[in-house]
Amino acid sequence: MDALTDLKAKYLSGISAASDEAGLEELRLAALGKKGEVSLKMRELGKMTPEERQVAGPALNALKEEIDGALRAKRAALADAALDERLKAEWLDVTLPGRPRPQGTIHPVSQVTEEVTAIFADMGFSVAEGPQIESDWHNFDALNIPPEHPARQEHDTFFMARAEGDNRPPHVLRTHTSPVQIRSMMANGAPIRVIAPGRVYRMDMDQTHAPMFHQVEGLAIGRDISMANLKWTLEEFCRAFFEVEQVDLRFRASHFPFTEPSAEVDIRCSWAGGQLKIGEGDDWMEILGSGMVHPKVLSAAGVDPEMWQGFAFGMGIDRLAMLKYGIPDLRAFFDSDLRWLRHYGFAALDMPTVHGGLSR
Amino acid sequence: MKFTLSWLKDHLETEATLADILYALTDLGLEVEEVVDPADTLGVFRICRVIEAVQHPNADRLRVCRVETLPDGPGGRAEEVQVVCGAPNARTGLVGVFAPPGTHVPGTGVDLKPGVIRGVESNGMLCSERELMLSDNHDGIIDLPETAPLGERFIDWKGLNDPMIYIKITPNRPDALGVRGIARDLAARGLGRLKPLEIAPVKGAFASPISVAIAPELKEKGCPLFAGRVIRGVKNGPSPDWLQARLKAIGLRPISALVDITNFFTVDQNRPLHVFDAAKVKGGALRIHPAEGGEEILALDGKTYTFGPGMMAISDEAGPESIAGIMGGELSGCTGETTDVFVESAYWDPITVATTGRALKINSDARYRFERGVDPEFTLPGLEAATAMILDLCGGEPSEVVLDGAVPDTRRSYKLDPARVQSLVGMEIPEAEQRRTLEALGFTLEGDRAIPPSWRPDVLGEADLVEEVARIASLTKLEGKPMPRARAGVPQPILTPMQVREKAARRMLAGLGYNECVTYSFIDATAAGLFGGGSDALRLENPISSEMTHMRPDLLPGLLQAAARNQARGFADLALFEVGPVFHGGEPGEQQLQATGLLVGAAAPRDPYGSRRPVDLFDAKADAEAVLSTLGAPARRQIDRKVAGWWHPGRSGRMTLGPNVMAVYGELHPKVLRALGVKGPAVAFTVLVEAVPQPKVRTPTRPALVLSDLQAVERDFAFVVDAQVEALTLMNAAQGADKALIERVTVFDQFSGEKAEAQMGAGKKSLAITVRLQPRDKTLTDEEIEAVGAKIVDKVAKATGGVLRG
Repeated sequence: MDALTDLKAKYLSGISAASDEAGLEELRLAALGKKGEVSLKMRELGKMTPEERQVAGPALNALKEEIDGALRAKRAALADAALDERLKAEWLDVTLPGRPRPQGTIHPVSQVTEEVTAIFADMGFSVAEGPQIESDWHNFDALNIPPEHPARQEHDTFFMARAEGDNRPPHVLRTHTSPVQIRSMMANGAPIRVIAPGRVYRMDMDQTHAPMFHQVEGLAIGRDISMANLKWTLEEFCRAFFEVEQVDLRFRASHFPFTEPSAEVDIRCSWAGGQLKIGEGDDWMEILGSGMVHPKVLSAAGVDPEMWQGFAFGMGIDRLAMLKYGIPDLRAFFDSDLRWLRHYGFAALDMPTVHGGLSR
Repeated sequence: MKFTLSWLKDHLETEATLADILYALTDLGLEVEEVVDPADTLGVFRICRVIEAVQHPNADRLRVCRVETLPDGPGGRAEEVQVVCGAPNARTGLVGVFAPPGTHVPGTGVDLKPGVIRGVESNGMLCSERELMLSDNHDGIIDLPETAPLGERFIDWKGLNDPMIYIKITPNRPDALGVRGIARDLAARGLGRLKPLEIAPVKGAFASPISVAIAPELKEKGCPLFAGRVIRGVKNGPSPDWLQARLKAIGLRPISALVDITNFFTVDQNRPLHVFDAAKVKGGALRIHPAEGGEEILALDGKTYTFGPGMMAISDEAGPESIAGIMGGELSGCTGETTDVFVESAYWDPITVATTGRALKINSDARYRFERGVDPEFTLPGLEAATAMILDLCGGEPSEVVLDGAVPDTRRSYKLDPARVQSLVGMEIPEAEQRRTLEALGFTLEGDRAIPPSWRPDVLGEADLVEEVARIASLTKLEGKPMPRARAGVPQPILTPMQVREKAARRMLAGLGYNECVTYSFIDATAAGLFGGGSDALRLENPISSEMTHMRPDLLPGLLQAAARNQARGFADLALFEVGPVFHGGEPGEQQLQATGLLVGAAAPRDPYGSRRPVDLFDAKADAEAVLSTLGAPARRQIDRKVAGWWHPGRSGRMTLGPNVMAVYGELHPKVLRALGVKGPAVAFTVLVEAVPQPKVRTPTRPALVLSDLQAVERDFAFVVDAQVEALTLMNAAQGADKALIERVTVFDQFSGEKAEAQMGAGKKSLAITVRLQPRDKTLTDEEIEAVGAKIVDKVAKATGGVLRG
């Protein structure tokens, strides 16, 4: 038996000392190969008596398995070590920047339009649209602003050029989104609840004015819709839009030719520390114009004022954006300065919803 | 509209404070724009007395005064203050005006502090008129009579404490262009009592030597009533202090008594008047007539105007003396030498005045008022009141009134339905209160009919009655009332498919890395011309600048100009987009929704991995395809090269579906880039959002997923073709070899250029495709695969002349 002990010691120490795969293979062949020392010993079993064999057989098998196991373990260890070496060599500077991905942005006007739409959609308003080059009938006459009405002058209207011999009144760039009221009612009649966001144009350019800006019109016509409903609707809108617990609105008598009665709407706010806070403080800020749709406007749009009544309002989308997001200058909205677009823009996935919140 | 508090109190008996009045005005719809309250700046200056003035020990020109002040007002505690004063008239016993330390002196802009002047303490200031900004007088300090009450506020004693109020008048309220109209609103609100206005006719002493006649065609509409009278022997000097002070306070320059009187009634009662120098009216008659056109007049503003046909003129024998209702003539105007005056009071039709005023571009106060509508019934009372004031201030003897026409009948009535306030506004106001309000505003009530007063041309229906009642009651009291959705439960979607698309295109583009721009809808003629626009149909008649003359025919010019601006700021690599309307005609609706992306410079910034490369048309194409997929465009599209002239002719294409052009993409023409100052490379695409067809059937159900258990086989083919053969032609040919079996054909390599030609011959290139075969029933045998391969080679050869690359 000493011979086996010696073999075992010889091979196990050999395996343990092996430094590479080739050395291991050599040892395997020397021990377990066809002519290996252990294999040769196995062959001798046949010549033994059954008694001898009963003792020597299991001992040889055990030796074979032990050497085999040791070989495998060593092989795995060598592979691990080699992998470790490779991984060590594969070191990279992980502080280098990632591959550049472009960062797109959504313009505040689009974002706020979607915010406004989300809120009014929840209140049952759909979204109407109309042409931006508009007939003067839709932009003025139908809205109870006859040709010589002084209110026409106050609109600072852009007119389209008329070809020689074309004696129709010139078309205008719509000065407000109100003509969409007319088009919506003519197309769909009453009852109706729509908002109409979009571009409008006035001949005005200075620190706080741009010749193009954005408005959203609101219109709700039903059997008994009153100014009190208007106030509630606007309160709900402002609360949701400015994302505050409570707002305080003040209606002030005013005049728009297309509404009667008409009201300017102020919102309670505070400018403490130069920062606007809606819903608190002692200041009032005018945010929109509104009123009950004038019977003449209903008639012009083919809706019977004896049966139907309702409200309309209009407010500036750019202005809402400026107030909510603290954007200082209206004209910068249309300048496409990349720095501005990145700073005030919104991510593609910042999709305003009523259930998920309007802003992050 | 500007007026002062004391002027208001001529018409309104009230105890209300200034703050209450201001609040009520704004709340009534007469929005306060500005208030100038002299008390804010001059309220601290009080009357004082110099107990003793002695020579300053260290300065020849200075005096040291012991001044008696009563800082709490008359009857309050007295305080003695030492003041060093340099005025020559500072003397013992002088009664003057004192400003304590801490006062902001408006005339010098200095905040007073206690000081030491040449070694002597000085604790305040004795003021000159200039320091109070009352005049330019700085010869000495204010020197008041000895009777002036010590301690009283100087402005109160001097009668200067009259706040000026500036309110915005909406176009529907001509009555509020007169102080009396404003007072009437405040009285109706309950802020006092409207004082009665009594105007007694002045009896004429002789027949008017000037007669008046309205041309028959104007009597119906243009000028229903024209009245006047001569006043003989007037003296037209400066008007009295009180009148000058009033006019100055509202920003009007006093001119002469006669002119100041007309201005007074314009503001006081919204009753514009005109005064002719009677001696300069030729022929003793004034005619009111439509101009023939071409007549000229030198108007009071010093400019010469030419009448258009039909404009209303007031003429004497010599020609036009006044542009009716708008501006008088210089030649017949009153001067300091005027002794006989003809006073005109007429009612002019608002529309006629507005038309003429706009055509002649005259913005006069008279036009402003007549085009909004003055009170026709006050025409004659206004003349009488003006006569009385002229006699009072200028003397003279009045003639009888001459007139032509009559007060137009504006009488009308509307049903007062007290329930209407509740139903329209949602406020509960008792009927008695509604009736009281209307009566306070001058309405006459007959049963359930309300007759508006003659000064309210804006009241034209029942809704106006409701507005008046609600306005006077105050809309501030309105309480919000919930308005449930027409349909209870979960809200329904409200966006139209096109609105959903627009939003999707926008979000997709931002997701692809583009920055959204909103550029102006109008651009300059040159830029418009580069993109197929710039025609007269799209021209603005009155552009605000030469940069904004034409409606844009395309989104690209605006984006390219934005890119040029950003490049000038040092941003070379840009990805900009816009989704918005472009215009192909000047009629309503001749607009189209485009989604346009523009890539300029490199596709990525410099980085350690070599990501940077110039953008090329395939970047633009990929993004166009991404947007089209988002919009639900079918995957199979045709591509042609029929692009407009602003694209690179060899490097751009259109994606079409039958006759529909859905998108254009490619490199921009170098000439266009140069013209707009953009440094290339620049590629772009435009998706015509509305041209993408809507799906025929809208259903959330997807077609069943068909999966084959059989292994798909891929085979590669490389063809040598002519360099101008398009990949799509080759792919379509390959696909056509076996439509059932070939699942997909993709190009995986293109070998072209000099090296390729060297290998394959001049004018040749190689295109390599992968064909994926998906068997449906049984595994393909080698023979079958070979057969399909042969067919592909055959089809490609037929379609393109290509041969398998050896």
